[in-house]
Amino acid sequence: MGLRDVSSVEKVIEELSTQNYLADRGLATAVFLSLRQNRPLLLEGEAGVGKTELAKSLSNWADGDLIRLQCYEGIDSNQAVYEWDYARQLLHLRTAEASGRTEDVSTDVLEGELYDERFLIRRPLLQALSVKNDPPPVLLIDEIDRADDEFEAFLLEILSEYSITIPELGTYRSEVKPIVVITSNRTRDLHDALKRRCFYHWVEHPDVEREIEIIRIRAPKVSLLLAEEVSKAAAFLRGMDLYKPPGVAETIDWAEALVTIGVDDLDEDSVDETLGTLIKYREDQERVRSRGFDEILSLVRQG
Amino acid sequence: MNQVIDGQKTLDRHLIDFVDQLRNTGVKISLGSSIDFGLAVTELGAGSSEDIYWAGRSTLINRPEDISIYNKVFKSHWLGIDSLVDEVNKLPALDFLFDDLSDDSEFEDSSKSENDFLSVKYSNLEILSSKDFSNCNRAELQELFYLMNEIRFMGELKKSRRMVKTKKHRKFDFEKSVKSSFRTSGEIVKKHFQEGGERRRRLVLLLDISGSMEVYARVLIRFVHAVMLGRSDVEAFTLGTRLTRLTKELSTRNPDAALKRASDAVEDWSGGTRLGEGIKEFNDHWGIRGMARGATVLILSDGWDRGDSEIVAEQMQRLHRVTHRIVWANPLKATPDYEPLAKGMAAALPHIDNFVEGNSFDSLKDLSILLTK
Repeated sequence: MGLRDVSSVEKVIEELSTQNYLADRGLATAVFLSLRQNRPLLLEGEAGVGKTELAKSLSNWADGDLIRLQCYEGIDSNQAVYEWDYARQLLHLRTAEASGRTEDVSTDVLEGELYDERFLIRRPLLQALSVKNDPPPVLLIDEIDRADDEFEAFLLEILSEYSITIPELGTYRSEVKPIVVITSNRTRDLHDALKRRCFYHWVEHPDVEREIEIIRIRAPKVSLLLAEEVSKAAAFLRGMDLYKPPGVAETIDWAEALVTIGVDDLDEDSVDETLGTLIKYREDQERVRSRGFDEILSLVRQG
Repeated sequence: MNQVIDGQKTLDRHLIDFVDQLRNTGVKISLGSSIDFGLAVTELGAGSSEDIYWAGRSTLINRPEDISIYNKVFKSHWLGIDSLVDEVNKLPALDFLFDDLSDDSEFEDSSKSENDFLSVKYSNLEILSSKDFSNCNRAELQELFYLMNEIRFMGELKKSRRMVKTKKHRKFDFEKSVKSSFRTSGEIVKKHFQEGGERRRRLVLLLDISGSMEVYARVLIRFVHAVMLGRSDVEAFTLGTRLTRLTKELSTRNPDAALKRASDAVEDWSGGTRLGEGIKEFNDHWGIRGMARGATVLILSDGWDRGDSEIVAEQMQRLHRVTHRIVWANPLKATPDYEPLAKGMAAALPHIDNFVEGNSFDSLKDLSILLTK
């Protein structure tokens, strides 16, 4: 049974959890709707809440490829869609010349050979549309807000038609529509037109219970006690109004760091030594240290 | 979708009412999105209010700012809790200066005929453009608004990662050279070159709208709008007791419509200032995560701050670390022997690249030249 026939939101939660991704109901609903209606899923949220991770889990679930397009300023169709391999085309021409074929065949034929699929370098978007058989690939368009807005408009066109035209070769229409996940860190607003195409979800930090489960799944070496302590401490720090509150990725790193140095129960020294894996801004670290660890530790030990 | 709820309304009627109610509170919802909402509810089966909640969240809402209002409307509509109406009514109305002069008393009071007035107006342009905004009457301000709509500026250039073609012998453009060589059977006759292109730096405008800035802010918001019209990639915020993003509201071309929308969005006009907190909010939610990185930031404020000036210093330092340049325009700076005694201003000063005036049309013109350099 394909992903797109998934029967209920509960089923999405279940399938994702077998891929070690624990989704809450809101996220699972958005995933469910975008699978059922064949539309992109747009995820926004703080860094480290698991946006990219979701795409990976979806591709594992689909048992298809994960095709990732990392956006950056100045990205254009050469890097996102396709490019001709000019060096090899030139080589082909030279070979034809050297072997004397240029005298036998017409220029038209030779030119036709140059614009052949074997000289085409497929970039992520074309790759995602070229998949011929199930399972569908997952196309992850990561940090779209970093790309220019002209690129966004171009992307919108592709995502609504699921086809790409290469002047020399014709139109590529996808036979198996990719599952599209778009992430944004909100450094700028995306166009309404793009947002309208997508199902939207704002990804939040998980609550303590969910985070304990996530840590246990992602870092199996971490004991239940330590996972609990780490999650409670992280939840406390998120309430502290830091510049960069720790994300799930950081709490997992922290838990693993603690295990690595042989700690299975938090104390003042171990928190102090490993704080850098959890909190990445100097000002934030100072704020936490100046407040002292007593509060965190006593909270963590409760219940 | 036609099961009966309450014994009266059908479910789709409820859904439509719900969307209407959301629209009335200012959430922008397109027709397409509301249809998607209906489809989503059908897909999910509308078995529980939770399903309806999340169906709406993923189709009707696409920015986190709208989530809290969504929650309120959802509660009042589906769970029958009627907290919303009061809250919306409580929001204070606010007006900017609009373009109609019909009820302008100063205009009526002048004994001159209309023709006289016009001639006087134009000959005074030079004086007017250097006059402090706080000394202008309504008619003069009106004139300035017209002038301001003429202000356009381009902003600074920075290196882009996108290459452009050039005649200069810079980086050899292999791709283009080879492509053109196909015409000459693979012989590269003409060499093509490329170099790094340039793009405009993003410009971020932060306008202080606290009580002490009131006279200026009402004029400067026009300036902010004019700047936004001139080019893309400008972001605008107001700083008062809270931070309000006005980028969307002010991107409407018609100045009056834009200001009307902005005034609807701003809730803390002429309140107190918590400059430090406002800048912090900007840093936390927008600036540091990308918007201010490599950008030019223009702060329009007199630097009066009721909050803790330590916060101003810390936040300005943070902001300064990621921006290309911070320009601070302070209308008070134009007063002779002005000294930055306001706590907030003094705290911010070490983290500013250019400290300029911003009290008259001329000073704004200078400012736009400075920002273009």
